[in-house]
Amino acid sequence: MQDWREDKTFFGAAIALPVIWFMIFFVVPMAIVWAYSVGENVGAVDIAITGTFANYAKAFSPEVLKVMGDSVVLAFITTIICLVVAFPVALAMTFADEKQKMWLLLLVMLPFWTNLLIRTYALIAVMRTSGVINSGLEGVHGLLALTGLPMGTFEPLPLLYNKFAVVVGLVYVHLPFMVLPLYAALDRLDKSLIEASLDLGAGHLETIRRIIVPLAAPGIAAGLVITFIPALGAYLTPDLLGGPDDLMIASLIERQFKRANDWPFGAALSFILMYITLIFFAIRAFMERKGGKVGAH
Amino acid sequence: MARKVARAPLDYLNMPAMKAWLAGVFIFLYTPLMILILFSFNDSKANIVWKGFTLKWYVKAFENTQLREALLNSLLIAGVCTIVSVVLGALMAFAFWRFKFPFKGPLESGMSLPIVVPEICFGVAVLLFFAKIGFPNDLPYPFNLTQIILAHVTFAFPFVAIVVRARLESFNPELEAAALDLGASRYQAFRDVIVPHMKPGLIAGGLLAFTLSLDDFVITFFASGPGTITFPVKVYSMVRFSVTPEVNAASTIIILITVIATVLALRAQAATTKES
Repeated sequence: MQDWREDKTFFGAAIALPVIWFMIFFVVPMAIVWAYSVGENVGAVDIAITGTFANYAKAFSPEVLKVMGDSVVLAFITTIICLVVAFPVALAMTFADEKQKMWLLLLVMLPFWTNLLIRTYALIAVMRTSGVINSGLEGVHGLLALTGLPMGTFEPLPLLYNKFAVVVGLVYVHLPFMVLPLYAALDRLDKSLIEASLDLGAGHLETIRRIIVPLAAPGIAAGLVITFIPALGAYLTPDLLGGPDDLMIASLIERQFKRANDWPFGAALSFILMYITLIFFAIRAFMERKGGKVGAH
Repeated sequence: MARKVARAPLDYLNMPAMKAWLAGVFIFLYTPLMILILFSFNDSKANIVWKGFTLKWYVKAFENTQLREALLNSLLIAGVCTIVSVVLGALMAFAFWRFKFPFKGPLESGMSLPIVVPEICFGVAVLLFFAKIGFPNDLPYPFNLTQIILAHVTFAFPFVAIVVRARLESFNPELEAAALDLGASRYQAFRDVIVPHMKPGLIAGGLLAFTLSLDDFVITFFASGPGTITFPVKVYSMVRFSVTPEVNAASTIIILITVIATVLALRAQAATTKES
């Protein structure tokens, strides 16, 4: 690595464009949002930056707090389900041979690369009232009724437009976010420790609980954060799969801009979500540093 | 005689319970997509019962001018976004890999923020930014896509930088020193020695930028002016309206493009790890 002063023009030529781009199209827009979040609506289109905290205060009204609480709960449930579902997958990937690893990785990644809207749409087609699951159930119901069982009329399961659908959708979309960091963490483990534990008489579950989980803790923490944050800020999934009462933060923010036209309040909400995100990433960075120290002995 | 097939203690993949679990996970991940693709060939509008094979939904999707326009817009945006992101990302990766300078750590963390910031926050920021600077909304095609492209590049190029940076870690600095010794200028050495080494990273990063751009709905939704429509935005309005096999057909085309891009990206990445 070279000191920048040794070759200022070369350094400048390399770094100027990305930094300028980042400043103009990321820092400036974010600064505008921040400024709006302490602004007020004056008149129909004008917004005055007055340094008020009223927009943030508004975020603590009961209706908004309910949406935020719901969002946190839904994102949390999603994250836990993802962890439980993804852990065995990551474990299997870790101990597979190279070729199987490649395939498993590809199988996990492919849906991840597929358009989010398409995946959500696919879920709708499976879960709606006349969708694949309900049609299948109706068929089973019809067969059972034919055998003379007193089945009554078929009631399709209300799978869509409720919180259940939102959680299914969020898990569906965010599962790869959990598998990849878990796999990265498990892959780095010293496998002889696991073998030793098994040799010394611990069962698989006990080995997982007392050896693998503690050693992979930084990776698990990373997976939790990487899954929780996008799930918390998800817009499309709750919007398309949830009902009118299943609002999450992102939909609330969108409404302030596209429908309610309360830009300062929307900006404040957006910054609250930003702060939550940054706090979680700070915690993760802190844990990673701590984990690194433990790992190095 | 042991009737159980011998299995190494850590061979989790061959545990029946593990196999069942993996099968369950992949059924969950793939069934919806498989059904979506299957019903794009179904000769029935109802989308539930199989009535025979047809390609008419593909024909219909191609005859839908708005859908075609949206798809072309998306591909154009993704193409331009890829080129610009690769240039910016490669420069960024190179600068951070090669030089020591003040505030390097904070700048590096700051420039990876577009990766972690929730999409909705950046979408809002882009909307306010273009409103504030009074960016013209009525530019002629294809310049009406400028806002979307600018926004997409901003969140795509840090991803490219990460991929290229990983590739650069395997570069042997002596090669550059040798080129300089043999009379190459710094720029010649960069162009003829470092860039060729970056190449798999550039390809993988470029395909990543391409899929990210093609995939994006939320930021596009906020960045696009009235009248500019991209594929996800169009599908969004169609899905809100009703579920039709036409959407299935269009989605299948996008899935195909994505699968090809992913396989190419993984190949490029595999080449990267093999050499290092």
